[in-house]
Amino acid sequence: MIKLIGIIVIAAGFALRLNTLLVVLVSGIITGLVSGMSFNAIMEEFGRLFVTNRYMTLPIVMMLPVVGLLERYGLRERAETLIRRSAAATAGRVLLLYTGVRQVSIALGINIGGHAGAVRPLLAPLAEGAARVCHGNPSKAMVERIRAHAAAAENVGNFFGEDIFIAVGSILLMKGFFEGLKIEVSSWAMALWGIPTALAAFALMAWRTHALDRRIAREAARAAGGAEPEKA
Amino acid sequence: MLATALRVLLDKGHAKRWSSALFWGLLGVSFVFGGSMPPAVAGYLVLGMTILAASGRVGMSRERSTGREERLESAQRLGDRLFWPALLVPVTAILGSLFFGRIRWRGVSLVDSTNLSVTSVSIGAVLALAVGLRLTRAPVRAAVGEGSRLLQTVGWAVILPQALAALGGLFARAGVGAVVAGLVEQALPTQYSSVAVAAYCLGMMLFTICLGNALAAFAVVTGGIGVPLIVHAHGGNPAIMAAVGMLSGYCGTLLTPMAANFNLVPVMLLELEDKNAVIRAQAPIGLALFAFNLLLMEFCVYRF
Repeated sequence: MIKLIGIIVIAAGFALRLNTLLVVLVSGIITGLVSGMSFNAIMEEFGRLFVTNRYMTLPIVMMLPVVGLLERYGLRERAETLIRRSAAATAGRVLLLYTGVRQVSIALGINIGGHAGAVRPLLAPLAEGAARVCHGNPSKAMVERIRAHAAAAENVGNFFGEDIFIAVGSILLMKGFFEGLKIEVSSWAMALWGIPTALAAFALMAWRTHALDRRIAREAARAAGGAEPEKA
Repeated sequence: MLATALRVLLDKGHAKRWSSALFWGLLGVSFVFGGSMPPAVAGYLVLGMTILAASGRVGMSRERSTGREERLESAQRLGDRLFWPALLVPVTAILGSLFFGRIRWRGVSLVDSTNLSVTSVSIGAVLALAVGLRLTRAPVRAAVGEGSRLLQTVGWAVILPQALAALGGLFARAGVGAVVAGLVEQALPTQYSSVAVAAYCLGMMLFTICLGNALAAFAVVTGGIGVPLIVHAHGGNPAIMAAVGMLSGYCGTLLTPMAANFNLVPVMLLELEDKNAVIRAQAPIGLALFAFNLLLMEFCVYRF
């Protein structure tokens, strides 16, 4: 029971909005201590895991100079121009299209995208550009909302597509887990049963992006203030 | 490749305060020499970085970027060519995941096959940077400066995913999962097959919310609830249980700040003010999809 204290520390830390890094480390240290590890052993374990997980941070750090350079030379501004040419593009449709492409490609084992690799340099500017072209400059709060939905489009596409590919980490983990218990389970069956949820995720994303588009349109209509209500 | 990171870090050093420089310096050291240093040293490095970050001593320096007019002008001049470097990254990632695993030199695989996509994206980033520099004829200094500016925008949160992954590992070693699984079994009437399914799906989601990682939750919850109750006691199909259960865990990932690389890093990357903006955007999808998973498993796991 006492081992659960780490989870409580995390929950309390997040609730109090303390520095997340500090909360994580304190939770780890307390959990280790109540489980009978020495402080040094905890640091050793933490350091080892921290170093082996370096690959999580690497793409972000590697992408930043490229993104920064392209933005400096007008990447976002160009995205707007590009969107202006295709009349059907709305922020929501851009995001939905991305989710679909992301799901299909990762289901085939091809990992495009990522928050640093695709969302910041490509997806978010395109979606914002689409909103700007359709409805004029969105408010700051609306820009925030569009960007948050862009990150959501990446996560949903990523999570609910990857389990259809049989060589992905999670399927391999499940297979290995059942092998350890001597239960025979086929990777194909597990991948197949990922499809219904993938379709449901895409349908839900369609609903969310549609709602986003409506919200942007509503805000624009309100901003126009009824000056020319017939024109829209 | 890691030298780029270090250069950004060092470049940052004289821009503002010593403590910020120290933070990025420590991070650089842990990146470049992490593989060869004793793990305990790395642990204390993390402790040092955490103390620096928690005491608010990691700050922004004033790196300047271009103004909007200037950017509009160069957007006009460069046109769609601006997208090439950005598109180069996914293209390299695709080629990389298809071919890099097969590149061998004297029988040794040149690219570490376990982190293939990460390696591909990193190589893509280097290529994109080279193309971008050529395209804009910007000095290398500009790219380093811009990279440093963005890195400082992300701030200390850049190491959060690593720290959380380490915490998950620590939890697993301390045996936190087994304790929770025991509690669930005691508290619920799992002799009903549908209660077992609900407990399993809910367990996957809640565990993922706590640990920030569905894969870590899977071993615990499936070992503690799924296999003994759904498969052995009620004769459910393990493939359906595992696939849908894992995806219920992913629904939890959409909802938790513990999954920092998915939910907190983009907040920093996109410069959002609300820390929970991404989670808020995802919450309706996460919850609705969880309900879908629950029903899917209830209807299918005992039938196929």
